[in-house]
Amino acid sequence: MPEITYAEAIRSALWEEMKRDERVFIIGEDIGRYGGAFGVTTGMLDEFGDKRIIETPISEPSIIGAAVGAALLGMRPVAEIMFMDFVLLSLDQIGNQAAKMHYMFGGKATVPLVVRMPSGSGTGAAAQHSQSLETLLMHLPGLKVVTPSTPYEAKGLLRTAIHDLNPVCFIEHKLLYKTKGEVPEGDYQIPFGVADIKRAGKDLTIVANGIMVHKALAVANRLADEGIDVEIIDPRTLVPLDTEAIINSVSKTGKLLIVHEACETAGWAGEIMAVVSSSRAFDYLDAPMRRLTGKNVPIPYNRVLERAAVPQEEDIEREIRAIVKGVY
Amino acid sequence: METEKNQEPFLNRAERLKLSKDELREMYKTLCTIRQFELMADKLYALGKVHGTMHLSAGQEAVAVGIRHATRLDDYLINHHRGHGHFISKNADINLMMAEFLGKEAGYCKGRGGSMHIADFSSNNLGANGIVGGGIPHSLGVGLALQMQKRDQICIAIFGDGASNEGVFHETLNMAGLWKLPILFVCENNKYGMSMAVERVSAKLPIAQRAEAYDIPWHYIDGNDLLTVIETVGSAADYIRSGNGPVFVEAQTYRYFGHSKSDRNLYRSKDEIETWRLTKDPILRFKNNLLENEVFKAEELVVCEEEAVKIIESAVEFAEASADPDAATVTEYVYA
Repeated sequence: MPEITYAEAIRSALWEEMKRDERVFIIGEDIGRYGGAFGVTTGMLDEFGDKRIIETPISEPSIIGAAVGAALLGMRPVAEIMFMDFVLLSLDQIGNQAAKMHYMFGGKATVPLVVRMPSGSGTGAAAQHSQSLETLLMHLPGLKVVTPSTPYEAKGLLRTAIHDLNPVCFIEHKLLYKTKGEVPEGDYQIPFGVADIKRAGKDLTIVANGIMVHKALAVANRLADEGIDVEIIDPRTLVPLDTEAIINSVSKTGKLLIVHEACETAGWAGEIMAVVSSSRAFDYLDAPMRRLTGKNVPIPYNRVLERAAVPQEEDIEREIRAIVKGVY
Repeated sequence: METEKNQEPFLNRAERLKLSKDELREMYKTLCTIRQFELMADKLYALGKVHGTMHLSAGQEAVAVGIRHATRLDDYLINHHRGHGHFISKNADINLMMAEFLGKEAGYCKGRGGSMHIADFSSNNLGANGIVGGGIPHSLGVGLALQMQKRDQICIAIFGDGASNEGVFHETLNMAGLWKLPILFVCENNKYGMSMAVERVSAKLPIAQRAEAYDIPWHYIDGNDLLTVIETVGSAADYIRSGNGPVFVEAQTYRYFGHSKSDRNLYRSKDEIETWRLTKDPILRFKNNLLENEVFKAEELVVCEEEAVKIIESAVEFAEASADPDAATVTEYVYA
């Protein structure tokens, strides 16, 4: 299988879907000649023209609003919001409009649209260009929330998102864009609501998404030499959430650590804990469930502070050791 | 304001606009049907039969009927929260509307939406919106889709004076003007956003002149004069359908009822309301024109009025006989 980057995998999904279905178009800021802030749509203007690669003014609410209107007429818009932080500008269109229409109109409207949005810290972009706001979107019934961690998943999940009849928030961690991975050639999709066991283990379950999957894997591989066998579950889609995979894993290992970059308070780690503690897995727990998350701070600019604001490999390692030893 | 153009006699205008006698009668009946729907909604609320809120459009009927007559039935409609009149004009099934108003499973949205969210996608009625201005940017996507699908319908985006101060209003006008999208923007100015007088929240009036900044032709018209609405909207629709881009029409009108059920009309005088009712009422003006010009005899119009009452009464019967949704279905329709 060829190795391509996460950004190339996303572009490849967009490209193939636009070739396959003339209803698919992309709308967003600086997505033409510039190729988007992270280069994802590079070359697409030349291939598909400005009627299908629609560059807009800086008007985030109306970018999503336009996608909603087009979706209502049977199109398959893919909107790009340059940084996930700017979703806060378009929250009415995402939360009050796109998310609600199917229900509010008694099942008679469908809003098949995808909103792509780069998330996460690590680029020194500070408080308004570095957030991980997936929990905010998970709280709105009607939305689906996807956080791919590898090029393979980015492509397969994006294709599924474009085929889905609901509004899908597709969250791309910006530090992953240049990471490489194997991606099969040709048509494949990854179903929503199916978690992936990124590493099988017997001693402790880690549930992590996006870039945290990679950090957890690096730590788990190191600790394996010491005989600590960690299982890593990547939910891939937070809505719908594969609760069975998590419950099964915790029932096996008896220990749970959730790792996400999003802030702690009301973050989705709490949701996972609630799922586990009200399931059969509760009986198998032999340690308190723990979460390691972004701190409850705006992402700072300074490199030292920025690093301190979100979980790092050494934090994950410390947490794992604490849980395994039973010392917190 | 462009009103009753050059005081041209009613019959000449009607003839110039090619309005047949049947069409005039039908429009009169629709005006009355809307008024009766709103009066009935108010009555049902007073009787304690309405669970939620409502935003009544009595006094604004000519805008709805005029737009509908001057456009095509298959044009797309994006509506605001005070939208009963526009639905009725667009040939909505009034039984299903009333059932939705009363929250019944038989309603347009199976009782999930209520008064603020009536939609009928089978007739290109894309729904009302509970967020002021929330539907305006949808018109961009509808316009883009119509262009991409190479269709000749237009999108009619209707909103109130209050919505014109939302950011999406300006964003949408900018993109629509820039891309020459097939959108008819109609600002239905009923003088108040909830309690706030339009003069107190607008740096410059009329609202329609804002369209100039976005290179969109605009008109500020008497929205209570049916033939003026038909004439302006008709020529705007032709202009848009010919590929020239959007047009903005501000229709000056007035609502008789309060903003919603909580409104005690503390921000306007009884005199003001009565003056509009007695001297500028859109139905009364149209009726007087029809009678003074002997288009119809009084008893012919009474027949229309009685038919309107019957339509609404039977809609209430239908709605009241309909079942509530089953509580077990509460989580249906979250996802398609």
